[in-house]
Amino acid sequence: MAEDNRAFTAAAFNAYLTQEKKLVGVRCRACGTLSPEPRPMCHACHGRDMEWHEFSGMARLSTFTCISIVPVSMSKKGYGRDNPYCTGIVTLEEGPRLSARIIGVDARNPQDIKTGMELVLDLAEVDPDNPTPAFRPA
Amino acid sequence: MSTTSRKRQLGRPVSIVGAGMSRFGAFADKDSRDLFVEAFLDMLDNLDQGIDVQDIECAYVGNYSSDLFEHQGHTAPIIADWLGMTPIPVTRIENACASSGSALREGVMAIASGLYDIVLVGGMEKMTSLPTEGVTDVLATAADGLYEVPAGLTFPGIFGAIATAHMDRYDTNLDHLLKVAIKNHENGALNPKAQFNVTIQSLMERRMTRAQERGQPVPEYVTEMDFLNDPGANPWIAWPLRLYDCAPITDGAACVLLVASELAHNFTDKPIDIAGTGQASGRPLHDADELTSLSAAKAAASQAYEMAGVTADDIQVAEVHDCFTIAEIIATEDLGFFAPGEGGRAVDEGRTALHGDKPINTSGGLKAKGHPVGASGVGQVAEIFHQLRGEAGERQVNNPNLELGLTHNVGGTGGTCVVNILRRAG
Repeated sequence: MAEDNRAFTAAAFNAYLTQEKKLVGVRCRACGTLSPEPRPMCHACHGRDMEWHEFSGMARLSTFTCISIVPVSMSKKGYGRDNPYCTGIVTLEEGPRLSARIIGVDARNPQDIKTGMELVLDLAEVDPDNPTPAFRPA
Repeated sequence: MSTTSRKRQLGRPVSIVGAGMSRFGAFADKDSRDLFVEAFLDMLDNLDQGIDVQDIECAYVGNYSSDLFEHQGHTAPIIADWLGMTPIPVTRIENACASSGSALREGVMAIASGLYDIVLVGGMEKMTSLPTEGVTDVLATAADGLYEVPAGLTFPGIFGAIATAHMDRYDTNLDHLLKVAIKNHENGALNPKAQFNVTIQSLMERRMTRAQERGQPVPEYVTEMDFLNDPGANPWIAWPLRLYDCAPITDGAACVLLVASELAHNFTDKPIDIAGTGQASGRPLHDADELTSLSAAKAAASQAYEMAGVTADDIQVAEVHDCFTIAEIIATEDLGFFAPGEGGRAVDEGRTALHGDKPINTSGGLKAKGHPVGASGVGQVAEIFHQLRGEAGERQVNNPNLELGLTHNVGGTGGTCVVNILRRAG
């Protein structure tokens, strides 16, 4: 993705999610460190030569929670005390972790959701007003 | 030069000579400034040899979000005015729930630098002005608004994810979490300023009595665990955390008076010295070194232990940041009191109880004393101040040689951690 000259910002990250249905972060050309969150400077080596990097979308579930007391944004989508949702942290197959919605699991039965399970990126229902990566069981 | 290798020392010694707290709770008629004045007057009333307020040279006030809770920014000069301290410099410090822990460090450094001799530090938060959903949103602004919050992560949600990881990796279980709550309520029941000045046993009995009075079916609770495992009494918030795993929404304020140690005896015969202080920053949970530990807590603790010249084993009493029950378990591991993965068992075995070998959160902790976020760090210091002076009343740790205590104050989900070590002056 060397020809992509857009600035390394959250606006670009969200545009990739919503318009191209891709999970795109950055790679430091100096030390090779990957970051799902676009940043103009490498947090590991402080290098300034960053490039866009598309992640495969394959991941494992590192940890999760099922939320019943929900923020205003999720309440508007119908989630709440009787309808919890699952969210958590995934480890991408390329190594970095990120926070993401976990879909296609039963948030009412968290005992049955297993950390370590294989996941795949699913941006079919990404919300353009509040974009976030989402993963479902592979 | 590495920023972590140099041993840091204060330019000159600093002591705490007085501490005050407002009552913690829900006070519809009070604003944060009123709570701060209440804490300040409590401090003045209990300052052994008194002080002329005009002698205070500078103040730091920890406050997380008066902007969103009260629609009031720039709160520091308001405090200066309400305490009659203008024109001295007063600065607000914001580091989420570690705001006043950070404010205290700023005060310590201001004296250690030689610039001031007498500094007031405190913290305040007025939270009950918003409904629970609104408070959830305000607290979530302490997480990364671009890369954590959009995933639907709330504050309890992130600590829930830490708890899931801890239970997955170690033999920590749901009962261990609840036992932190039971212990802290037992301590809070002995603290007249606590928001929940009541044991979980009493809350359980109240629920049974109320059902009986209303002619409803009386729940068949035998133990506190039966009550806590009833989803009607203890509903889920963010798996695996339930209502009683979470610190409450609280209004409150706390303050302490810091002075150059050489002046301490002008104020009290029992000063408490700042033996060590450390502060560190950390990355969001998804970028943390481990999902079962806060790296900032370990770094801050290591700085404080080194400055004080003590180890975790030397600490005799500690107030740790139990915003959630799992947070207390990992705090006791990050501080080195127990090995990683052993924090849950330590609670289960009563080691962290008031009369255990490592008393933790004798005040009731954030869980029972209450968690007015910007005030919590200094509230912890006030408790250790009273414990080391032997004036903690019914909740006094029973150790005639009590000399060293520690506070551990976390901002956000480990973005900030402040650790202070206090020593009774010899």
